[in-house]
Amino acid sequence: MQPKKTFAAATMLAGAMTAMSFMSAGAAQAQGELVMYCAVQEEWCRAMTTAFERETGIKVSMTRKSSGEIYAQVKAESQNPRADIWWGGTGDPHMQAAEEGLTEAYKSPKMSELQDWAVRQWEQSKERTVGIYSGALGFGYNTELAKSNNIGELKCWADLLKPELKDEVQVADPNSSGTAYTLLATIVQIMGEEKGFEYLKALHKNVNQYTKSGAAPAKATALGETTAGITFLHDMVTMVVDKAPVKVVAPCEGTGYEIGSMSIIKGAKNMDNAKKFYDWALTADAQKLGAEAKSYQVPSNKNTPVPPQAPKLSDIKLINFDFAKYGSSAERKRLLSKWDNEVKNLPK
Amino acid sequence: MTRATLGWIVLSWVGFVLLPWYGFDRSASPTIADYFVSGSALVQGLRGAWWLLPILMPLGMALVPVVRPSPRQKGTWLIASGLLGLALIVLQGFTIGLNGWTADILRDLFGEPGPSQSGIGYGATLTSASFLIILCHGLAARGWCRGDAFITSSIGAVVALIIVFVFFPVSTILASAFADNSGNFAPSEFAAKFMDRSIWGLDCLTSDLRCGVAWNTLFLGLLVAFGTTALGLAFALIATRTEFRYKKLLRVMSVLPIITPPFVIGLALILLFGRSGALSNVLWEWFGVPRSRWIYGLPGVFIAQLLAFTPIAFLVLIGVVQGISPTLEEASQTLRAKSWTTFWTVTLPLMRPGLANAFLLGFVESLADFGNPLVLGGNYEVLSTKIFFAVVGAQQDQGRAAVLAIILLAFTLGAFWMQHAWLGKKVYTTVTGKGDAGIPLPLPRRVALASYFTAIPWAVFTLAVYAIIVVGAFVRSMGRDYTPTLDHFLTAFRVERADWGLYFSGSAWDSFFATVKVAALSAPLTAAIGLLTAYLLTRQRFSGQRSFEFGTLLSFAIPGTVVGVSYILAFNVPPIEITGTGFILVMCFVFRNMPVGVRSGIATLSQIDKSLDEASLTLGARSATTMRRVVLPLLRPAIVASLVYSFVRAMTAVSAVIFLVTAEYNMATTYIVGRVEAGEFGLAIAYSTALILVMLLAIVAIQLVVGERRLGRRSASAAPSPVTVQAVP
Repeated sequence: MQPKKTFAAATMLAGAMTAMSFMSAGAAQAQGELVMYCAVQEEWCRAMTTAFERETGIKVSMTRKSSGEIYAQVKAESQNPRADIWWGGTGDPHMQAAEEGLTEAYKSPKMSELQDWAVRQWEQSKERTVGIYSGALGFGYNTELAKSNNIGELKCWADLLKPELKDEVQVADPNSSGTAYTLLATIVQIMGEEKGFEYLKALHKNVNQYTKSGAAPAKATALGETTAGITFLHDMVTMVVDKAPVKVVAPCEGTGYEIGSMSIIKGAKNMDNAKKFYDWALTADAQKLGAEAKSYQVPSNKNTPVPPQAPKLSDIKLINFDFAKYGSSAERKRLLSKWDNEVKNLPK
Repeated sequence: MTRATLGWIVLSWVGFVLLPWYGFDRSASPTIADYFVSGSALVQGLRGAWWLLPILMPLGMALVPVVRPSPRQKGTWLIASGLLGLALIVLQGFTIGLNGWTADILRDLFGEPGPSQSGIGYGATLTSASFLIILCHGLAARGWCRGDAFITSSIGAVVALIIVFVFFPVSTILASAFADNSGNFAPSEFAAKFMDRSIWGLDCLTSDLRCGVAWNTLFLGLLVAFGTTALGLAFALIATRTEFRYKKLLRVMSVLPIITPPFVIGLALILLFGRSGALSNVLWEWFGVPRSRWIYGLPGVFIAQLLAFTPIAFLVLIGVVQGISPTLEEASQTLRAKSWTTFWTVTLPLMRPGLANAFLLGFVESLADFGNPLVLGGNYEVLSTKIFFAVVGAQQDQGRAAVLAIILLAFTLGAFWMQHAWLGKKVYTTVTGKGDAGIPLPLPRRVALASYFTAIPWAVFTLAVYAIIVVGAFVRSMGRDYTPTLDHFLTAFRVERADWGLYFSGSAWDSFFATVKVAALSAPLTAAIGLLTAYLLTRQRFSGQRSFEFGTLLSFAIPGTVVGVSYILAFNVPPIEITGTGFILVMCFVFRNMPVGVRSGIATLSQIDKSLDEASLTLGARSATTMRRVVLPLLRPAIVASLVYSFVRAMTAVSAVIFLVTAEYNMATTYIVGRVEAGEFGLAIAYSTALILVMLLAIVAIQLVVGERRLGRRSASAAPSPVTVQAVP
């Protein structure tokens, strides 16, 4: 009997110690804290965290995930929310969360300083999410490969249909990536639904791979795995800054854009701090941090200096993107299943 | 009444009367008084939490056999007490939640919002555990499992843990397969989602269209399972049955892939075979082979998974090959069988449990793999990535994810069933108490050649992949700019000397420490639970054994994403509120990785003759002593396998933990994924090399601590030493 008991006791002790060491870990914390889910690049997230901590003394617990992951997590946690603020990431999941009432309506005193597109999105979401930056859609191409294959300069969406580019264009799958869904919605808005799908079918012949992640084509273009890649322009700019032989193109027909957004989680445990962060994140000082962290999106505060590397929104023909319509889950489901049936399953 | 039973009865009272029943709020700072008495269920119950008081009844019932000892009724009282206690705790836990009643019907009956309570704490945990053990002791007293309370308690504990950490969370998410987006019951939606053409379509047979994702997954899984089993066998045969000079090196190299963080193998393959990859460049410039993208799709995923999962097959098979008694082979030779006939009719059939387990693991691993299809999948879609993006992608359709998860589960179930059918009721015992004086036969020539021809090129290939990885960590940008640099390591692992000591200023340190801590804690727990389960499954007979075995396999079969989301759904609200703690990460790893411990334990145990245990029992040892002195030493390969595997897995898992990490417990892999997403391959690879180093050290340490199994086998060179297996201390 003896060894059995010592064994059982030892196991129990170990188990209890494990539980104890973890459960007490979060016990003693200062009053002012803020739990933030951050969906942009790690550097930017860290810069925001430390700057806010320095400014207010509020301790920020930041976790970085992709926007879709945060949406799934916020939804799963809705009974007992863990996070206070969800900062950054493409607007669609923010809009979806707003539609489902997972986030809190809030009117910041800084609203007057914001660009029109940010205000418009805020209104469309019933004040539940606000734009903090935007990035235009476009494509980039590898200049070395273009030269060796005699492809010439690419300027427009139509250029991507060139027969020389057969199997040379890469774009994400709209079912998995918000970037690619923005492309789908953009093309439909520029050309009309019927013509738009004709275009996508023609493009399908040139697409070598529908990647899972929206930014993946940028890397593939930089490495020379594909000649052209359709992504948000700032993803391509990051590659250019990294000295890759990539040319960034804002298509001549006009293009759509994403709005990186911010939402307060409904039932946040630190609601006051979340609002404090919300107001602060909309100031020009806070938005400057993006460029310093090598993220070249266009900030939403009118007074924020636009980073010189950022693709100038004035040079880009932006369409009047209807976030309310194309962000709604019904329209999204319809377009995605249409794309699945009519485009993705086409033979090459 | 044994002292153990009495002890558990006392503990159940301690949990109820002394310890805090509820967990503490994370922002609260509890005092000593909160820990003792004042937060206990008794005090809470008298102060208004009336629903806790009925638990006193089963607590009292457990005391009856103590006060009036009557051997006949003892078991009945204990069983009744345990059952009632557990039932009451579960009932109140699930009906009274954080915001009042949890069921609509209760709200209608008793009014809104009703009483509220938070998640369970130490007291509730201890009392529940005690009730469970009291129940098991009661069952033993009634004669279950030959009255061995240790066995019934072990079965009870493992079953309870599996129910809490596998069935409960998984059922919460699988239920969503039958619900529409707003959560209402809608079986028709399930049918529509299930029959979708993108899942079951067979267009690729008739035209150049794509086949359904289910067929893709199945095909890939079978290919990988065959491949890994064959390669694993080749390695195992070379390592145990030949005089190959670089055996040790081969062994190390075959284990390298298992300790490689996800994405890294995929990235390395792209850098080698991609269109601008190093090898493609050479082929193009020297031989004019046009560059292509063949790596993206089935070939790439297949190669990456072969690289990643062969070690698992190897680890399972090496124990089995070592365990095969040479006596049987010698007998075959004495009967004039040629060495090939011996191999084919004696050696190979004896390896069946190992082969079947290796195959099953390879298949299931391939099904659950997420990182490689993500990086290399191209247009070849598999279920695991599809499920991930159904949850987090633009569709945001949890129901669809659940439907796909059910299909994945069905495949695993099928493989599990087939494995059983193939193994049948044959006996594979080869490690017996009898003196085993045989010398392992050298391999038949053609088998040896085949092994060399598969294993050596593969080892060279592995070496090339790792060379790329190491180079990638030390150059500025792999594939574009080969300037040597240490920048990646400095960013991740910078250490500064401050006035008060060392300051770890690198951006990777937090996640690094958290990962090592979680991995180190979960590995021994995983091994212990896994091997205990294996022991119960092979050495004991009890009803429901088969479903018990399947339950242990369940969490392994379910894709990580689904497990991650289900853990949040299940453990974010009372009664068990543990999200955001490191504890949930440990539990997640323990129950996801336990199947490997179970499988390798079963494979090894089914070789060990039961008469060894029986001899020990006959000589008067208890079952626990037998386990410690006889079974465990013989299980050393399985212990090493499950310790190594669970440690490594805890350091390299991605999809499950992505939802469970917090600022405080960030994991290395989520950091790496972030780097890969940002295109900083160099940093990702540098961090990965550091992790590989840590894991290598851990593996060496585990090998040293656990030690090798010494069987009574002679080797050709060593002097004959007819020591039986039992002589191992």
